Amino acid sequence: MAAAAPPLKDELDIVIPTIRNLDFLEMWRPFFQPYHLIIVQDGDPSKTIKVPDGFDYELYNRNDINRILGPKASCISFKDSACRCFGYMVSKKKYIFTIDDDCFVAKDPSGKQINALEQHIKNLLCPSTPLFFNTLYEPFRDGSDFVRGYPFSLREGVPTAVSHGLWLNIPDYDAPTQLVKPLERNTKYVDAVLTIPKGTLFPMCGMNLAFDRDLIGPAMYFGLMGDGQPIGRYDDMWAGWCTKVICDHLGLGVKTGLPYIWHSKASNPFVNLKKEYNGIFWQEEIIPFFQAATLSKDSTTVQKCYIELSKQVKEKLGKVDPYFVKLADAMETWIQAWDELNPPTKAK
Amino acid sequence: MRNPPTLLSLAIDSAVINFCRISDLSFVPEHILLELFVRTLKAGKLNEKILKLFIATGKEEILSVIESLNIQHILVPVLPTLIIKDDEVDIVIGALQSDLTSFMEAWRPMFSRFHLIIVKDPDLKEELKVPGGFNLNLYTKSDMDKVVDSSSSTISFSGYSCRYFGYLMSRKKYIISIDDDCIPAKDSKGELIDAVAQHITNLTTPATPFFFNTLYDPFSEGTDFVRGYPFSLRSGVECGLSCGLWLNLADYDAPTQALKPSARNSRYVDAVLTVPARTMLPLSGINIAFNNELVGPTLLPAFRLAKEGKFRWETVEDIWTGMCAKVVCDHLRLGVKSGLPYVWRQERGNAVESLKKEWEGVQLMEEVVPFFQSVRLSEAAVTAEDCIAEIAASVKEQLGRSNPMFARAAENMVEWIKLWKQVRSL
Repeated sequence: MAAAAPPLKDELDIVIPTIRNLDFLEMWRPFFQPYHLIIVQDGDPSKTIKVPDGFDYELYNRNDINRILGPKASCISFKDSACRCFGYMVSKKKYIFTIDDDCFVAKDPSGKQINALEQHIKNLLCPSTPLFFNTLYEPFRDGSDFVRGYPFSLREGVPTAVSHGLWLNIPDYDAPTQLVKPLERNTKYVDAVLTIPKGTLFPMCGMNLAFDRDLIGPAMYFGLMGDGQPIGRYDDMWAGWCTKVICDHLGLGVKTGLPYIWHSKASNPFVNLKKEYNGIFWQEEIIPFFQAATLSKDSTTVQKCYIELSKQVKEKLGKVDPYFVKLADAMETWIQAWDELNPPTKAK
Repeated sequence: MRNPPTLLSLAIDSAVINFCRISDLSFVPEHILLELFVRTLKAGKLNEKILKLFIATGKEEILSVIESLNIQHILVPVLPTLIIKDDEVDIVIGALQSDLTSFMEAWRPMFSRFHLIIVKDPDLKEELKVPGGFNLNLYTKSDMDKVVDSSSSTISFSGYSCRYFGYLMSRKKYIISIDDDCIPAKDSKGELIDAVAQHITNLTTPATPFFFNTLYDPFSEGTDFVRGYPFSLRSGVECGLSCGLWLNLADYDAPTQALKPSARNSRYVDAVLTVPARTMLPLSGINIAFNNELVGPTLLPAFRLAKEGKFRWETVEDIWTGMCAKVVCDHLRLGVKSGLPYVWRQERGNAVESLKKEWEGVQLMEEVVPFFQSVRLSEAAVTAEDCIAEIAASVKEQLGRSNPMFARAAENMVEWIKLWKQVRSL
């Protein structure tokens, strides 16, 4: 019996930030084992995190990050899962899938286990349709298509840069919502993948996310969060807003919906409230900033877009709080570090 | 001589009659409780509240009797957040087939509470057959002729456009319209979907067009806004339009259906979502609802293919109307939702046959997309009528020059607004 080779086996890295342990990998073994893992160990570097046997991996702790990046390591957060973006930078593969260590395999309504990685790959490998909304959602899925009235000229779609998955069980709510609804669980399985239209922002959750590093990698900077920073739990949000603006500018697609994973751990809402507190107020300024952000025609690469964006952040959001000046500088540092670790390959 | 009733028996009888005064049964000895239960059942007085009282005692015998009799709790229906008065709704049906009996019977449980407007396709020669027991008004060609002078007007109510006459005549706040070849669908649990109730829920809960919520409709049961959704945008805006979907025969165009003749939509996607502002969508007239007070005049018959037919894939009139409606909603800061409810669309027609007809109009639709994506209305346009007038002027100026079909569409739009105001001033 010949089994098909796992798709993109040698072209995809799984990036996992962890501060506790990697026990959750046992459940994912059937789906993840063929792939290379990049573990980013947050917190105390002297602690040993055991990786279950049989996985092919590289592991980086804070000492490694400092050693590899030198002074530029300042842009990588400490004591926050935002440190995962170091994994994106150091990867050599085309695709990245990132998942949190409290996320397990979910089941679809028929009871079958969901191979989240496989679904993300499907999402990334087929086009997105950001320019016109298809009421039957993803037109390229089996059993679906473009509906009557969908312009024929737009049916080719654009390349997909990001695949944003969802979560059953503990929903990704902010602290105030968690406090009001501590028992709410997401039990609704929405059997859809859809492209987020151009010009529309969304809250990007980093728990279950995949992207094309070649197309959008440098935009996936998860910001300055955690220890020593006035804000936490907005790392993925920040990356998502920057990424969406850049994707819209460069004509790339962002999808959301399937696959679902099972989110098992409800974090402490009071701890979360402290971390998110500034973010809740700042996002009221941040959102209009991103909604109005435009990039120049000359910004034709992700790095150029990102640098241009960082300048706008410094200029406009710097007025809201000096944190954003620091963040804008970190955004620049990130791009410098990215380019250093990922030099453009010489033209053949 | 008959035995007189025992004191116990009298007490139990009295309890059965006075249950409304009883809030606790836990002090009652089990054997008496059982007798009380049986007596309540016999008297036909067991209801949800009383059942709960018995269950609350926690007495094993009672619980096992309840279980063995298979007495179940009544499921409380999910009510819409606003209570709609039935007389705020009109259900408008365009009759393209003469015998509406099976259609109306299939929808009777969902439709019978409401007032219906049935509009007969003016091209339909046969008499309409409509079953009784509905509160309805029927409009035919002769009614249309009284309102619209067909010799001078290019507005046509032929075919699928006949329903617009119904919209014109309606005075209700909410209008729901379903094609006459659709019947109620079943959800993933196998239960019949009340499309009317779902549309009403969509229209009466806020929409969120300015930021995408990854858990879709934040106002439905068991869900909410996710982390990172700005708080200032969480109250949402009013919903102007609710676009439902279709199982079985999806609303594909003729080439798509012809290429995949056996393709049937069997995927039930359990979501309603707001289509973001400034994003265009193909509005399908097969299963829609709208807030007549907010966007009524926007649902208009303006653009027709030269050889528009009697199958949905031979028309584009709703597509044109939909783009106008989306521009209007975006400008007036109203929401457009898409997703639930589903209806079951029955087999009809042959796509390959339809392909043989002319496709001139479909090509034209490609040209209008950039127009609708970029058209912007002035600050002065504060009602749907104002918006339509401005869009019509832009259509005439920008599109009308390249093709007389657009010029005619613009004229129809202007005339429709006049008609709309005229009919309402009577």
